[in-house]
Amino acid sequence: MATQHSRSAARFMMAPAVILLLGWMLVPLTMTLYFSFKSYLPLRGGDLGWTGFDNYVRFVTSSAFWPSVITTLVIVGGVLVITVCLGILLAMLLDQPMWGQGIVRILVIAPFFVMPTVSALVWKNMFMDPTNGLLSHLWRFFGAEPVAWLSEVPTTSIVMIVSWQWLPFATLILLTAIQSLDSEQLEAAEMDGAPHLSRFFYIILPHLARAITIVVLIQTIFLLSIFAEIFVTTGGAFGTRTLTYLIYQRVLESQNVGLGSAGGVYAIILANIVAIFLMRIVGKNMDA
Amino acid sequence: MARAVTSQRKAINTAIAWTIGFLIFFPILWTILTSFKTEGTAIADPPVFLFFDWTLENYAVVQERSNYMRFLWNSVIIAGGSTLLGVIVAVPAAWAMAFVPSRRTKDILLWMLSTKMLPAVGVLYPIYLICIELGVLDNRAALVIILMLINLPIIVWMLYTYFREIPGEILEAARMDGASLRNEILYVLTPMAIPGIASTVLLNFILAWNEAFWTLNLTAVDAAPLTAFIASYSSPEGLFFAKLSAASTMAIAPILILGWFSQKQLVRGLTFGAVK
Amino acid sequence: MGRITLNKVVKRFGEVEVIPPLDLTIEDGEFTVFVGPSGCGKSTLLRLIAGLEDVSSGDITIDGTPATDLPPAKRGLAMVFQSYALYPHMSVRKNIAFPMKMAGLSQEEQEARIKKAADALNLTDYLDRRPGQLSGGQRQRVAIGRAIVREPSAFLFDEPLSNLDAALRVGMRLEISELHERLKTTMIYVTHDQVEAMTMADKIVVLRAGHIEQVGSPLELYRNPRNLFVAGFIGSPKMNLIPGAPAAKHDATHIGIRPEHFRIVESGGTFTGKVIVSEHLGSDTFFHVDVEGVEEAVTIRAGGEVGLRHGDKIHIEPEEGQIHRFDAQGLRIA
Repeated sequence: MATQHSRSAARFMMAPAVILLLGWMLVPLTMTLYFSFKSYLPLRGGDLGWTGFDNYVRFVTSSAFWPSVITTLVIVGGVLVITVCLGILLAMLLDQPMWGQGIVRILVIAPFFVMPTVSALVWKNMFMDPTNGLLSHLWRFFGAEPVAWLSEVPTTSIVMIVSWQWLPFATLILLTAIQSLDSEQLEAAEMDGAPHLSRFFYIILPHLARAITIVVLIQTIFLLSIFAEIFVTTGGAFGTRTLTYLIYQRVLESQNVGLGSAGGVYAIILANIVAIFLMRIVGKNMDA
Repeated sequence: MARAVTSQRKAINTAIAWTIGFLIFFPILWTILTSFKTEGTAIADPPVFLFFDWTLENYAVVQERSNYMRFLWNSVIIAGGSTLLGVIVAVPAAWAMAFVPSRRTKDILLWMLSTKMLPAVGVLYPIYLICIELGVLDNRAALVIILMLINLPIIVWMLYTYFREIPGEILEAARMDGASLRNEILYVLTPMAIPGIASTVLLNFILAWNEAFWTLNLTAVDAAPLTAFIASYSSPEGLFFAKLSAASTMAIAPILILGWFSQKQLVRGLTFGAVK
Repeated sequence: MGRITLNKVVKRFGEVEVIPPLDLTIEDGEFTVFVGPSGCGKSTLLRLIAGLEDVSSGDITIDGTPATDLPPAKRGLAMVFQSYALYPHMSVRKNIAFPMKMAGLSQEEQEARIKKAADALNLTDYLDRRPGQLSGGQRQRVAIGRAIVREPSAFLFDEPLSNLDAALRVGMRLEISELHERLKTTMIYVTHDQVEAMTMADKIVVLRAGHIEQVGSPLELYRNPRNLFVAGFIGSPKMNLIPGAPAAKHDATHIGIRPEHFRIVESGGTFTGKVIVSEHLGSDTFFHVDVEGVEEAVTIRAGGEVGLRHGDKIHIEPEEGQIHRFDAQGLRIA
């Protein structure tokens, strides 16, 4: 539905965005691929020639690889389970009639807007510090031995911090989805004599299925690359090294660019697998 | 659910919801409160909530020690600049996709989105290297461009969904009325899309403000924004709780306020319209 | 001034040919109505003339200058859209001024034209309101005002009345006709409503599937429909089209008789049947009659005082010389 004139104008108008993103994608990607097949140590001799798939093999066979994969999975999985489950409960609660709904929503949503470095620092020091943290005060109040959160249960601690950051996002999206549920459907089910629990499982949960998928996929993409939270709290120590952090260390800390780049390629492949699923859902929605 | 509920039921809901809301908000509240305490009160056991001698001293110390204003200014420049630049690039692209769709429009949009999913760490070194080569490491302009590129897909997508709600007939009317393409976008489309553009700007400003991978890795001193300012407190100095709190409060306050205004856009922007 | 010629104009969307080669001339000052069922290509044709769509082949001439490759802005036409397409963020005044602003007219000239248009369209009191604060009829007038001030060589209307309620529609119909009388500018008007076509047009172009079925004045089309389609489309209630034995008696495949061309007779008559439904309009009564030997119900018009009811037996007789005959191809037999 347009003229030749407007179509060529459209191409011209899209060009800057397309070219910029194409460059942003292709240039670094090509470089990463290039480095990944090289032995490249900027501080120790620089470019030491081609190595074929050595870096790929070394990255996977290094002793740090599997633990980092497991840590990544635990953190991503833990955060997903917590945010989705609590998010559903919270969204259903916020959907109920109450006084001051708007204010509660503002309170609940707030953590999402806190800079990751800030939330990591605040949790690390003011809450999880074994001597002066608020949680240790609380533990002592109940006569328990305070926990040194970030060294004793570091992964759990990080899951807690990240969940706190992402719970608002999950809640907000699920709440939006719940609010779009036709209340007549629920009333019909009620008339049919379905008790609360089965109304939840047969009507609310299926209605939320799409929103849950979206939450899971979007969060996965962001969670796979969480960085600041680990950087600030443990610096990758105590078994909190995720795949992202491992690559970061290989590249910037040990300056083994070839090895890190091979890791980067793995990370890109992993992210793309998740992305494909997300795209399918988003793409389907575009025609609707 | 538009149904009458007993006040008792409503009261119970209210109590539960407020308690949970308060708990979730508590770390932020506690940070803000602590920022007004002396270091001694800040670590007092049992903790003091409201009845302490309020002081602004921490803010003064933080400002003096690390020149908060410079970091703030960098954050404003980087977040604002990247958002503004992004919108300038995205408006024409979104116009084209929304009003002159072709068979490939959908593919282009999805492809743009897919660049957003490229894990940053995968391309960290090349970008790092390029910045060194160009001599723009620790440079605000470089960060403006990088953050613009990172958020461009979201900006294009959000604008596209907003533009699609504007009836094409109005733009055709402008064309019939003798408006050139530039005038059509300037006088008709943009003013009509102001609410959508505003929420896009808001959300992307927030995302850019909080971005903590590139801003941490590509800055040192000159271009360091608030993310880096706060990260500098991860050293043992962070144990001065009151000062840490003051610094944190200063870093998040502007964005917290903006964020509350943009909750609705958040859903729309971050789910790319897939949840309405 | 506003003579528009289409020469072998073709429009394809991908593989689909929406408008097959089409020739048409619209004379200066003529009020031409494109009418046809939805999907017949009438709006596409209008958009081709406007320049909002490209022609796939063929050419368009406006005022003697080739316009095929001109962008809409350069064609000197003004268009009133179905949704009015007013700029919601501008006041009525600014809406009307917009085309003049784009043309770079002087401030005084703009003011003068706005005033004139507002007076003519009763908009003077609303000039500072936003479109959102106006009723449907007022919005319509603003859209027309915006078109008038350009002083175009032709006006294009794309189903402008379809968003109005029935009463307003009649009023606006009169206003547009009056406007045409006053301005004497070429107008092209697209509608699916044959009543609008009949009441407003100097010339009606009946379209079906992109083809022109017939071009002519309203009464020409009414009196001498060229084929079955036009016969069935023009006139309300529809012409009765009767196939089979009754048609064969007239050496035709179909005969067509308009409801008003039947007389009710005491006995005998060409057709006999039973009343299924009677619709009393006060001035007239329409009877839908189940006629023996005719499959579809036959509609006849009678005076308002005729009081037949459901199930009553009725004898009817078509008036002499008012029987339209069509051959097997659906074409009129002269």
